[in-house]
Amino acid sequence: MSGKDYGDRDKSGHDHDHDHNAPESGPALRVKAIETLLVEKGLVDPNALDALIDTYEHKVGPRNGARVVARAWVDPAFKARLLDDAAAAIEEIGLNAGPQGEHLTALENTATVHNMVVCTLCSCYPWPVLGLPPVWYKSAAYRSRAVIDPRGVLHEFGLDLPAGVELRVWDSSAELRYMVLPIRPAGTEHLSEEELAALVTRDSMIGTGIVTGPAEGRAAK
Amino acid sequence: MNGIHDMGGMHGFGPVVRERDEPVFHAEWERRMFALRLAVGARRFFNGDEYRRMIERMPPAQYLAASYYERWLYALENLLIEKGIVERREIDVVMAALRAGATPPHRLIAATDSPAASAASREQDSAAVPEALGSRSRKLRHDQSFHPRFKAGDRVLARNMNPEIHTRIPRYVRGHHGTIYRDWGVFVFPDTHAHGAGAKPQHCYAVEFDGRELWGGDHPAGERFYIDLWEDYLEAAGAEAQSWSGAARRDSLKPGASGRITKRSRKPALKKTASASKNA
Repeated sequence: MSGKDYGDRDKSGHDHDHDHNAPESGPALRVKAIETLLVEKGLVDPNALDALIDTYEHKVGPRNGARVVARAWVDPAFKARLLDDAAAAIEEIGLNAGPQGEHLTALENTATVHNMVVCTLCSCYPWPVLGLPPVWYKSAAYRSRAVIDPRGVLHEFGLDLPAGVELRVWDSSAELRYMVLPIRPAGTEHLSEEELAALVTRDSMIGTGIVTGPAEGRAAK
Repeated sequence: MNGIHDMGGMHGFGPVVRERDEPVFHAEWERRMFALRLAVGARRFFNGDEYRRMIERMPPAQYLAASYYERWLYALENLLIEKGIVERREIDVVMAALRAGATPPHRLIAATDSPAASAASREQDSAAVPEALGSRSRKLRHDQSFHPRFKAGDRVLARNMNPEIHTRIPRYVRGHHGTIYRDWGVFVFPDTHAHGAGAKPQHCYAVEFDGRELWGGDHPAGERFYIDLWEDYLEAAGAEAQSWSGAARRDSLKPGASGRITKRSRKPALKKTASASKNA
């Protein structure tokens, strides 16, 4: 799927409601036809669509989750509430446990347990804390292999778990949405909450990565 | 349904390929598609389970060839038609008009509603954004009126079931024993909800399965799998002999047996026995 030709490769982000004489085809044309119909029927407001796009392209993303993780690292009481009811906890710090976050659950990594999240049946993902999923998370390769060869998948992400660490794979088959609470790296005692958040990678919150300290260099993603 | 979407445990898809730049969207139409799905979803013409049911109805070869948002497009288009919100003919007409160079916004189909009604409808729409972004109902989560059949620590069997309708029990857990890890509370049951057959609220549980129970004795040790399963997907371990025909049994965990998972061996001799009992 990552090699898929998406047809309309326009990534400039400019307004597409303008006069565009180049004929569109494939999914671009079909989506435009459906949008046009729904707008004409008064069922969808184009401005509402613009607002939704802006929200998920620019406002909701893994920096939200990183804030949650950093807060949990510095505030044990918040961490306890996060592990008890993550949806309620993220609203404490001003995030909205909206679509795909109503039943958010945080999974704590420890010295002996590493958690990893997948959705084998579709691509369920905790939008409010991680944004929309990357292409690889939605790919057949990840969805098929995360449950039968999770260590092989982690190896491809550059992560080899030490012997003795139990690997727990969570398949988001119902309405629960999972985020991983990664281990705080050693040597970060002097960092502020904001500096800690900057260390937290998206993959560490899916469980395909870990958080490394500033001295060790940033993880790939 | 035993569809192509149920990918857990399949082989042959190769390594997990990651993009270098990972844009949120890869084309303008993906942006519009994403937003349309949320905005239309907020109007509740159909529910999320119906949406998944429709995606799974994509012919398998088409599903594999499609990008993520092409699957969304397939589901949205077909559900809008199924629910009578738009007609396929209308989509064809508008596509032809757009292809011929028509530029929205202006009327491409015969209006069936007055401009005033349309404007009023659009004013209501401004509520669709907060609704699409807002917290949805979580009230079922803690509903005490549905008594749970299981509690944490209970041994259960994921039923060997193969419905042609929509279901959220992945194939790779069916017929396997696990342990209730956590009761998540009461949720709408997708198998009925996806088909207009009611919400059938019931408890949903995180069920823990040992890697070797799911994948066989030569699977690496130290892996556990957690799958969220509704009550109707589960039966008490050992109770399957009463509630379920012996033909469906894959293991022979006796009533009262607890704790350890029965390993399913891949040795040919045992396999023969297992298939013989399966065919009994």
